[in-house]
Amino acid sequence: MRFAVFATYLSLIAAPVLSYEIEASRTYPGTSGAVLRVISTADIEVFEPLILAFQAANPAQEVVYDVASSAQLMQALFMDGAQYDLAISSAMDLQIKLANDGFAQPYISDATAALPGWAVWHDEVFAFAREPAVIVISNLHFGPLPQPENRTELIQLLRTHPDRFRGRIATYDVRSSGLGYLFATQDSRNTETFWQLTEIMGRLDAQLYCCSGEMISDVVSGKLALAYNVLGSYAAARAQEEPSITIIEMDDYVSVMLRTALIPTTAQHPETAGVFIDFLLHSRGQAILAEVGLPPVLPAGNTPGPALRPIRLGPGLLVFLDHLRRENFLRSWAGSIIQN
Amino acid sequence: MNITGSIKRRLALQLAAIAALLSLAFFLSVRAVAERAAEDTQDNILAASATSIADALYTETGQIRLELPYSALSMLGTISEDRVYYRVISDGADITGYGDLPMPKLENANLSPMRGDDVPHFETYDYRGEPVRSVVISRALSTGDHAAQVFVIVAQTRRGLAAISSQITGTAMVIGAVFFCVAVGLSLLAAQNALAPLQRLASSIERRGPNDLRPITAQTPVELVPLVDGLNSFMGRLRAALTRTEDLITEAAHRIRTPLATVRAQAEIIHGNMNRSDNRSDLRDMIRTVDASSRSAGQLLDHAMVTLRSDQLEPQEIDLKAMLSDTVAQLSPTAELKDIQIELALPGDAASEITGDPVLLQNAFRNILDNAIKYSAAETEIKISLTCGDEWEISFADQGRGFVAEDIGALKTRFARGSNVGDVIGSGLGLTIADDVARAHGGRLAIGRNSGGKGACVSLFLPLI
Repeated sequence: MRFAVFATYLSLIAAPVLSYEIEASRTYPGTSGAVLRVISTADIEVFEPLILAFQAANPAQEVVYDVASSAQLMQALFMDGAQYDLAISSAMDLQIKLANDGFAQPYISDATAALPGWAVWHDEVFAFAREPAVIVISNLHFGPLPQPENRTELIQLLRTHPDRFRGRIATYDVRSSGLGYLFATQDSRNTETFWQLTEIMGRLDAQLYCCSGEMISDVVSGKLALAYNVLGSYAAARAQEEPSITIIEMDDYVSVMLRTALIPTTAQHPETAGVFIDFLLHSRGQAILAEVGLPPVLPAGNTPGPALRPIRLGPGLLVFLDHLRRENFLRSWAGSIIQN
Repeated sequence: MNITGSIKRRLALQLAAIAALLSLAFFLSVRAVAERAAEDTQDNILAASATSIADALYTETGQIRLELPYSALSMLGTISEDRVYYRVISDGADITGYGDLPMPKLENANLSPMRGDDVPHFETYDYRGEPVRSVVISRALSTGDHAAQVFVIVAQTRRGLAAISSQITGTAMVIGAVFFCVAVGLSLLAAQNALAPLQRLASSIERRGPNDLRPITAQTPVELVPLVDGLNSFMGRLRAALTRTEDLITEAAHRIRTPLATVRAQAEIIHGNMNRSDNRSDLRDMIRTVDASSRSAGQLLDHAMVTLRSDQLEPQEIDLKAMLSDTVAQLSPTAELKDIQIELALPGDAASEITGDPVLLQNAFRNILDNAIKYSAAETEIKISLTCGDEWEISFADQGRGFVAEDIGALKTRFARGSNVGDVIGSGLGLTIADDVARAHGGRLAIGRNSGGKGACVSLFLPLI
């Protein structure tokens, strides 16, 4: 996953048009000339089993899979009018922005109708996987310390043992990470303790990262004692191999990010894109998602605890994309976390 | 308007048409009210959203700033999945939001600063290819050196409203349809109720006997009083006409028979005193013609009487034995002229009462016996017998020329005569009268050969009661 600055887009209407950048691209040829063009923030290696399974069911279909950061995906569809049949992104706020501003087209099928209300918006944005934000701790550094079960306990712990944690806690740099910004803004909405936590993390010289993977790696290596708000699926994959880390889901609440797909208005083959969405939501597609480490949204009933709080798809997500709001938030956040 | 056809159907149709009109009016008003309520709901939420945005405005170092509240946009997403747009303008310059969202003209919108804060102005227009409902409110903010006029515009597409509207339309339609069906059912019932007195009147008239011409006295609604009055007056006139006809027939019989009998009697006297044989034979012919005329007139009048009365029998207890004896007594002078013996075989002991119209039965017996005498040769015998089995049988057997087999079926019709009676004067009404009387009493007339020898046998069968 790549997340980058996107705030510029909202004030870029008069700016010179930049061409979007693709990080990687792979073509899966089919027996006919029909091409399904997908732009996605998910790495090719993660998504390949899904594409191959889709092609097994639809052998005629050629699939072109382009990987871009969520900001570049936004650039491609919002500014450049690039022709893609399907946009898959983990930046749900940007997906909502695309749909709200009329860059997506509606799609209705039995599969989308079966989705729970929180997993679909305006018949245009469809969630197919969900990612909880968790805390990863290093067993080495924690030793006999009690593991925090909620944010209040975490604050208490950090306050009680400042020396043990100084320079060894990490979180997203929300100025550069879209996902970090999403999690942080949702935290700020959910609880007042978020600002206390940010303040104390700043006081303890918190390290700022671009991505979940690097944070988890540094926890595994022992460079970090605690990483706050990392992607649960990444952490779970590493924890299977590395007994030195422990994953904690907070019991006050756990923000759940949704991976979503939408069909852009520029789509050349919206029907095929619809078939692919149905495949993702079908039990086969959901099973493969689980295998590749992307927790599927279905069945809706498998929510493990009441603390899980899926971030709501809807116009509320547009609020934190407002450039004034973003400026304010980043200023407050930076003021709290950067104290040296 | 169509005069024929069913009043009930017409009434029901008209009531149904009224019900349809009322249902339609009901449907339209329910829909209008409900849609108005739904629109007001959207307007209220839009106004609340705009107000919460306006409340989040603040100034910082002389600049208008905004901390867009999460709830301002999320509240719009709670009732429907509609697209949401917003724009904040301060002194004509965009602060944030969708720069192309239309700003209403100030004079139209009554948004001058004089109006005060937070008077929402609503508009509906197309934005990005879809109709949107928008609200704009104004807020004056002090920036230190002057008061800035800030406008907050919030707009939302109307998809949720359309969904609510179609749902309301569906519900209103169902309610309207149910209302219509109930109203039609009730109007059918009402039509039936309203026409019930007419039905009762009709069936009470139908139940009456054929000669019950009494006035109708049953209570009827005022609307039916003219009809009942008309019927009563008609029946009165009918009763009078029937009585007059019967009187006329009786009177005519008397007036025709008496003079003919007088003429015949005088001719007989003259015949007796006459010497010249050729004149006597002429006179004989004349007497015969007078006889024939007398019989024909009598039979015609009998037939008229039978026809008149068979529609309205006046049954009484009748003793058949007495009636037969009476008939024989009346006709024996005629029989004696030809030396014809009439033998009356009556059951000695058994009662012989039946219920019937004496005038008619007497007519029937007289005509059968008269026929028998007429067609019998001189010095023969006529046997009359009364027997009682499953029904009464009154047989008249003579020794005359009998019936020709081919004629038997047709003889009961009016003015039909046998093919072997050309030499005898007759009207062809005798058996017709007897047959009419038998059928008016629920019986029948059988004609055939005399089983005891040559001649005819005419039998009248009457039911026991």
